[in-house]
Amino acid sequence: MGAYLLRRLLIAIPSLVGISLILFTVLALAPGDPFGELASNPNVPPEVRAALRLKFGLDDPLLVRYLRWLVAMLHGDWGFSFASRIDVDDLILQRLPTTLFVVGSSQVLALLIAVPVGILAAIRPYSVFDQVANTLAFVGFSLPTFFTGLLFILLFSIKLDWLPFVYQADVAATGWHWYWEHVRQAIMPVAVLGFFQAASYTRYVRASVLDVARLDYVTTARAKGLSDGAVTLRHIARNALIPVVTLVALQIPAVFGGAIVTEQIFRVPGIGSLLINAMLANDTPVVMAVTFVFACLVVLFNLVADLLYGWLDPRISFR
Amino acid sequence: MAGSTLASPSAEAAPVAAPAASGRDTWRRFRRHRLAVVSVLVLAVLVMGVLVGGLLWPVAIDDIDFSAMLQGPSWQHPFGTDDLGQDLLARMISGGRISLAVGFAAMAVATVVGVAVGAVAGMSRRFLDPALMWLTDLFLSLPQLPLLLLVIYLFRDRLKQVFGLEGGVFVMIVVVIGGLRWMPVARLVRAQFLSLREKEFIEAARSQGAGAWHLVTRHILPNAIGPVIVAATIEVSAAIIAESTLSFLGLGFPPDIPTWGRLLFDAKDHLDVAPHWALFPGAAIFLTVLSINFIGDGLRDALDPRRVL
Repeated sequence: MGAYLLRRLLIAIPSLVGISLILFTVLALAPGDPFGELASNPNVPPEVRAALRLKFGLDDPLLVRYLRWLVAMLHGDWGFSFASRIDVDDLILQRLPTTLFVVGSSQVLALLIAVPVGILAAIRPYSVFDQVANTLAFVGFSLPTFFTGLLFILLFSIKLDWLPFVYQADVAATGWHWYWEHVRQAIMPVAVLGFFQAASYTRYVRASVLDVARLDYVTTARAKGLSDGAVTLRHIARNALIPVVTLVALQIPAVFGGAIVTEQIFRVPGIGSLLINAMLANDTPVVMAVTFVFACLVVLFNLVADLLYGWLDPRISFR
Repeated sequence: MAGSTLASPSAEAAPVAAPAASGRDTWRRFRRHRLAVVSVLVLAVLVMGVLVGGLLWPVAIDDIDFSAMLQGPSWQHPFGTDDLGQDLLARMISGGRISLAVGFAAMAVATVVGVAVGAVAGMSRRFLDPALMWLTDLFLSLPQLPLLLLVIYLFRDRLKQVFGLEGGVFVMIVVVIGGLRWMPVARLVRAQFLSLREKEFIEAARSQGAGAWHLVTRHILPNAIGPVIVAATIEVSAAIIAESTLSFLGLGFPPDIPTWGRLLFDAKDHLDVAPHWALFPGAAIFLTVLSINFIGDGLRDALDPRRVL
């Protein structure tokens, strides 16, 4: 297992390097000059500007600049936010837990819906339940998160007035009430993201269960006289859910994309809304760092999924 | 199979090389998918609506009327008005044209790039295949929306100078969305090529002296086209969602080009007084995407005879 872990880690590193290279190339190719403001400022003489460019090495070859940027990122020196006037890494660390909480809960919700529905739909294929579930799944992933979010606000906040539609990081309450307020404001963002993911996961689970259900060992289990429930849960579902791990991992980039949208709609103070606000405020250091953090999160969760897959499925050799 | 997310292992292991079904067979199988047939009608109505709707409803999209602000649907304004009293039906017709055009153009970019990468990887027998597949996997693990936002954030101004306001944003959004969504098609095409290139009829063609280009364009690609069509269909809906998402975040088209996503962005601060403003464009996006997804599902059934029960 240790060697397997190490090997997966070693595979993750090149992809991180590749992603960072792509990000840096995009930044380097971009027309804007980080010292653009200085150039238009008449109080800064051209010599000072040239000295600054020299100091920050802006005229060096691309590769040198990339390596310097990479080293700085690895040292935790992520720059300084123009807009918020604090270090970028502090800013991101403040915001990250909220994003992870919302994304994590929505994934749990999505799996809680998708696994039972997918299994039930697959053991009676083409039944009424299957067809209804299939149609709902199609509706689910055709409804963009930004529209579901607005519909939820319209229904639950404006018409029914049940839930708040602005997420507050600091709730003015104590004890149980504090927890309750947190749960209440998280319901809508989590549900929007969760339902969207549940729709595609349901189809994965269904397809996977259908594949496993026709294998010989399932027939054997039935022939032994096991009950339907035991066959489904202990023989089919356990094996069918293994490939779902990989499919869920492939959805992770989309999940974080959805998180950006939901955070923006419900004003959740996570890194997604940080990214959008930084873009609207032309805060380049924050934009680059948050994009890189999203990339790292995707690679990290892919790694976790790989390890989980190896742990769940003993047929995968750890060599 | 994995719905709109084609980058799944099950999509890659897709049943390979269905013998090219005749058009009538394909249509017969497609017709059996009732929702897909209904979806074709719905999509046709929507497309016709945005194409000729401007002729039937010749109201200027920027006709400001402060006496009719934020009004609900009425005979004078069937879809109501926005906060400047502009007619929403006219704005939706005009914006829908752009939303749909982005969807189809980005699909074309994604499919062309995907087919090219997949074909080169699938025909290569040496180092090109692993290299291209590594690149594909790398792109698959990129966080797409943040990257999309990043590219648009950085390049917006330059493209505006080169192509003009509307054209610049259009070209950029199409290229970026297409450029970040070619991977599923590439993997699909490569998987098809890997199995097709070993088939006897390819060997026969090769033994008669056919070159690689001839083999690919005349023999392999026509046999691999079914799954590509299905994937391309889904790409249209994915691209429409991507464009609407960008516009919804306020980073897509500028305010004077009212794409459906942009209308939602403008409407979201007035939900309490003018829900119709958000509901109509949202419903339009939803209906378009849903019908395209159903059509893709129907095509999947129709183009692959072995999947039909």
